[in-house]
Amino acid sequence: MMLGIVGGRVYDPCNGRDGEVADVWVKDGRVVEAAAIDRERAEIVDAAGLVVMPGGVEIHSHLVGAKVNSGRKLRPEDHRGNERVRAGAFRSGVGGTVPTTYVSGYLYSEMGYTTIMEAATAPLVARHTHEELEDMPNLDKGVFITMGNNHFIMQAVSEGRPEMARDYVAWLLKATKGYAIKLVNPGGVENWKWGKNVSELDDPVIGYEGVTPRKIVETLAWVNEELGLPHVPHIHGINLGRSTSARTTVETMKTLAGRRAHYCHLQFLSYGEGPRHVNKGEAAAVAAAVNADPAMTVDVGQIVFGQATTMTSDGPLQYSLHQTAGGRWMNDDVESESGGGIVPITYKRTNPVNATMWRTGLEIFLLVEDPWRVFLTTDHPNGGRFTSYPQVIRLLMDRAYREETFAGIHARARKGALLPELEREYSLYDIAVITRAGPARALGLERKGHLGVGADADIAIYAEQDDKEAMFAKPRYVFKDGVLVARDGVLVAEVPGRTFYVAPPYDPAIEDEIRAYFERAYTVAYENYAVLAGDVAGAEPVACG
Amino acid sequence: MSTVLEHVACPFCGCVCDDIAVEVDGGRVLKVKRACTSGQGVFMEYDPSPRLPRVRGAEVDWEVAVAEAAAILDASDSPLIYGLSSSASEAQRKAVALADRLGAVIDSTSSVCHGPTGLAMQAVGEPTCTLGEVRDRADVLVFWGCNPDQSHLRHLARYSANARGALTPNGRGDRTVYVVDVRETGTAKKADHFLQVAPGCDYEVLTTLRLLVQGGEPDVDVVGGIPVADLTELVERLKACRYGVFFMGMGLTMTAARQLNVAELFTLVAELNAFARCSVIPMRGHGNVTGADQVLTWTSGYPFAVSYARGYPQFSPGEFSAVDMLARRAADAALILASDPGAHFPRAAAAVLEEIPTIVLDHGPSVTAGHATVLFPTAAYGVDAAGTAYRMDNVPIPLSQVIETGRPTDEDILGRLIEAVRP
Ligand SMILES: [Zn+2]
Repeated sequence: MMLGIVGGRVYDPCNGRDGEVADVWVKDGRVVEAAAIDRERAEIVDAAGLVVMPGGVEIHSHLVGAKVNSGRKLRPEDHRGNERVRAGAFRSGVGGTVPTTYVSGYLYSEMGYTTIMEAATAPLVARHTHEELEDMPNLDKGVFITMGNNHFIMQAVSEGRPEMARDYVAWLLKATKGYAIKLVNPGGVENWKWGKNVSELDDPVIGYEGVTPRKIVETLAWVNEELGLPHVPHIHGINLGRSTSARTTVETMKTLAGRRAHYCHLQFLSYGEGPRHVNKGEAAAVAAAVNADPAMTVDVGQIVFGQATTMTSDGPLQYSLHQTAGGRWMNDDVESESGGGIVPITYKRTNPVNATMWRTGLEIFLLVEDPWRVFLTTDHPNGGRFTSYPQVIRLLMDRAYREETFAGIHARARKGALLPELEREYSLYDIAVITRAGPARALGLERKGHLGVGADADIAIYAEQDDKEAMFAKPRYVFKDGVLVARDGVLVAEVPGRTFYVAPPYDPAIEDEIRAYFERAYTVAYENYAVLAGDVAGAEPVACG
Repeated sequence: MSTVLEHVACPFCGCVCDDIAVEVDGGRVLKVKRACTSGQGVFMEYDPSPRLPRVRGAEVDWEVAVAEAAAILDASDSPLIYGLSSSASEAQRKAVALADRLGAVIDSTSSVCHGPTGLAMQAVGEPTCTLGEVRDRADVLVFWGCNPDQSHLRHLARYSANARGALTPNGRGDRTVYVVDVRETGTAKKADHFLQVAPGCDYEVLTTLRLLVQGGEPDVDVVGGIPVADLTELVERLKACRYGVFFMGMGLTMTAARQLNVAELFTLVAELNAFARCSVIPMRGHGNVTGADQVLTWTSGYPFAVSYARGYPQFSPGEFSAVDMLARRAADAALILASDPGAHFPRAAAAVLEEIPTIVLDHGPSVTAGHATVLFPTAAYGVDAAGTAYRMDNVPIPLSQVIETGRPTDEDILGRLIEAVRP
């Protein structure tokens, strides 16, 4: 199978291409040199005047698994009116804030995205996550494994045995077919099982002598480096949503100063004390900390006005949201590992808290100077649906649209805002960085996010329009591994995806220790816990080190 | 030479105990260790002899049966797919794919057991936890309208009342156990406190408990047959506990206020969290009924009673639930997956199953299989087929193939039907 995309304006930041006219040649699903193609036999796509980018790379989205599925079940009202009709062999399903698996695959595909990362799975239910991933076509995938409240790790920290944590993490990533270390409110979720939380980095974790959020973060950052994982520790810090979050976020960043780490959905963690119980947006302070340390990356978790479903592994956060917002509340405490909760929410431009969150997210996008270190997310479905990305892109690229929207938000959220002063507009090149090249690089996915020789032929082609939301909502063509999967924003093919995972080597002696630990700590047998590579369709290991 | 397989999971009930040892020899199970009597039956009473499918009672080969079944589904204007809960999630996924393809109605046994629990969850949410949290942390347990002593024989020992965990090293000695039920069940006899609720009065007792949690004072002395003083004691105990867990069953879902009972309980548990950590776990029955809810939800958005007749999923319990589809004569053909509605459904619904053409996939004999137009004798997940089952707390557990019989799985047959029906 050979393909040529000829005459397009190529935005391929990894290879320094900023809209220059070039051809992209594809053979057997990979980008190749022109010389490797027999042009007589190649299918030619005339891309003259069109914008050619690598397929989108999602670095943080909640799409599959136990928590997401509870969110789906919880919200029948959110599905109605968002149904997708079966078309030929393509499955039907529902969209809304928590789409069904097939529909999620189709919608990402139709938006030009080809790789996604599921942002949080408790190890005990990783098998469930992989089952759902198998039912989410057209995407390559990876899964972040929550470890910030893991008993075995906290015990190792308590005993001052980081190498035990290292070997365990290596074993755990292999056992869950996970891709990265995820931390969610380290220590706080364990304390929530006692009805409490943490609020400072040096607060004690109940039951673990000497263990604090800071020590958990430091240990897992060290483990991540030791194992040479392709991604960095992916951190959802303490105090999310609270008026102390900006302070503890910056403190966490300083704790790991100079070490590689990713701070996710930063918008939710960038607040200080404000009048009348409305948090003050602290984008400037947080962005300054990001700008100061080139080792870190962040994604924004932009909120989008409208329906959302908050769902995180941060059990105490979800409970406090439930107390604030009222209404339905899901909680799920997971033995020895993790927890989580779900609360549906509607973000309104007329609500001063929501409007402050909206402009704080945009301020972070505009104040972080290096687009290679700030990525587009809505923390779907926490801040908004992933299908809102084209709208967020327009807000970043089009200052007039941004000002017009800003004028319509609650007056108290406008007061003190930096947004009106920020003249910066993202270019197409910048967008290619924050939605493709940057996340792929941060994830260590060498065949993703670029169109150089050897890349997977995941390609999105757009017709440029003044309205950037319309432009990015419906790509002209989307190719996955060289197969045309969507045309003019409509699905035309279903293809299976890969599941990337890591299996760093570890001292096998740890297995005896873990086996003995399982006898005490789990209701599931050690022998039944691990997800085998053969259980995961399209499993593909990614090298460490 | 016999072999002993360890850490085998039992597919019988929602406990999915995965510490079973099974001794096998030459395709036969010789001995089963640690399983309860129900679990013993799953392995020991399994008839592994090879069987051919049947069309209208006559043995045929597999291709003929698949073609016959496909013809029935193609000729149907309103097919119903029902059962699912004793199959593996791999087969459940295929069942939903077939329903989507056909524009069928699909429903699981959830609709006749914990369907109201799902509706309650949609109404108010659900604070829950895994069974290991119960074992490790819970110091107060309340069993409401469920009787694991009869239905989930290892539940009390392995996960709840007697289980020893990190913070409960003395097991039963570290817990206070309550039972609320209409009669003194086996579980009630093992409890510290039995609160006997008058039949049909659960809702008012739950509402009273909510009132007491908020500090209100009922102006009566007895509610639903239970002295208010006893309810007050329970509330005080829960407000002061380390970690309280409620288990609830069909005593709430299938009596009087049904989903309103359950929603009231879930709300009570949510409100208790202002004082002490509390969770609730529905006591799910069939081995993988939880998986049926999970699979239907991730593929259709809804946990049971789903119609694909309009080309997209619609959810309407009472309309698309199997009993109602049959009793209304709204289904003109049925595919029954690993379930026996012919024996368990109300007469008006079961009778219709004898009139319309049916396709039955089952590993053993049943009333429904006895009337099948096309019968596929498939493998039993957890015995002669591997797969995945979800425990009552939504934890997925691998089921092993302990003997090899060469029988096709439900997944195989459903996959062949998807290929064989009109696109
Ligand atoms: Zn997230």
